[in-house]
Amino acid sequence: MAEYSLTTPLTDEDMVQLKAGDVVKLTGTIYTARDAAHKRLTDLLDKGEPLPFDLKGSVVYYVGPSPAPPGRPIGAAGPTTSYRMDTYAPRLHSLGQKASIGKGKRSEEVKQALKDNKAVYFGATGGAGALLSMCIKEAKVIAFDELGPEAIRELTVEDFPLLVINDCHGGELYAVPNRKAAGL
Amino acid sequence: MRTIKAETVIDAVAKMCVSANRYLPEDVRKRFEECAAAEDSAAAKEVFRQIKENWELAEKSGLPLCQDTGLAVYIVDVGEDVQVEGMTLREAITEGTRKGYEEGYLRKSSCDPLTRKNTGDNTPAIIHFDIVPGDRIKITFMAKGGGSENMSRVTMLAPAQGWEGIKKYVIERVAEAGPNPCPPTMVGIGVGGTFEYSALLAKKSLMRKVGEPSPDPEIAKLEAELMEDINKLGIGPMGLGGKTTVFDVKIEMRPCHIASLPLAVNIQCHSSRHEEVVL
Repeated sequence: MAEYSLTTPLTDEDMVQLKAGDVVKLTGTIYTARDAAHKRLTDLLDKGEPLPFDLKGSVVYYVGPSPAPPGRPIGAAGPTTSYRMDTYAPRLHSLGQKASIGKGKRSEEVKQALKDNKAVYFGATGGAGALLSMCIKEAKVIAFDELGPEAIRELTVEDFPLLVINDCHGGELYAVPNRKAAGL
Repeated sequence: MRTIKAETVIDAVAKMCVSANRYLPEDVRKRFEECAAAEDSAAAKEVFRQIKENWELAEKSGLPLCQDTGLAVYIVDVGEDVQVEGMTLREAITEGTRKGYEEGYLRKSSCDPLTRKNTGDNTPAIIHFDIVPGDRIKITFMAKGGGSENMSRVTMLAPAQGWEGIKKYVIERVAEAGPNPCPPTMVGIGVGGTFEYSALLAKKSLMRKVGEPSPDPEIAKLEAELMEDINKLGIGPMGLGGKTTVFDVKIEMRPCHIASLPLAVNIQCHSSRHEEVVL
């Protein structure tokens, strides 16, 4: 397991070196989007309209932060469960998105899209919302303000701690449940 | 008949919403320290380290532990000899939720199921009332996150499937959920009653403190057995492998129809936030 410091936008070269289990400290600009925002992005693509941010080399963080208290750019901001975005992710990867950040398993379609487009799936620690918030230096809503916690935000992050869960070579980090040992 | 002012209820509920979202209860912290010490793998230890750093930071910074500050779920025991003055108890709890989630900078996660439009104030809250003897009101609050709730299930087994069937179903559910519900998780199990009642039993079981077994020694034995077997799955903290897939298992049981064996599995993430107040 290697450790890397990467800066956005991410490139093919950044992605091919990563293997499941590697630790990555990410710095730069990332975009938040969860369920409702993904639906809106897809609707824009269907209509041939421009997206609120450039997908090329982008990192999408599956998060719906809590409101920012006074003196902080953002509230708690840990990852949400990723499988709900699986329907939308392959299309976004095919248009240049290089990574997503979330927690939990991905579909076979997403794993294939990671291979096809030299992209990765990063895991962040779910429930560590206060801890991860500390790595977010700036936050501003750039689209769909009316969606509240589901609006798209542009975040400036510094040394955001990530684990490579699925790499672009077919590697996966999650433990396979030992059903036999558990008596199934 | 004792009378409690609605304001008293509102303030107590609002305070609970805020503090439960910022302070991980002592029973949970204690269990995590034990689990962390028992883990061998670096990844599992690292997750527990981050969980601990997170609860320390939440306390210091005033940020909630998790951005998913949940749907507000309440189990309320209402004494037969007490009444609320000014508004109904349901209205007062709703108002307290609205106030707590707004003033505490907590995320509002309640939305229309189809249009997905956010209600904007985290209401309606989920409130379960029980009428009990006495002149007090006990309100237990739980901030229930969506990620772990989504991994929960209700099923109707055949009576012949018995304890073996229950065990298999629960273990398979935890295996299928894998890393999704933010393990280590707590598993609440409702056995018996009717279809809807089993789910309520499962939810209520999660309100029991960590490390507090069922008062029924036979059920306590089943809880321990199930916890040991589930942990053999090796899913581990955040699904990265390890000994702690679940940090507690609770079972609530009650009689059911002779034709039925209702079973509900309610999963609770590691950010197990609950608090209670007696008025």
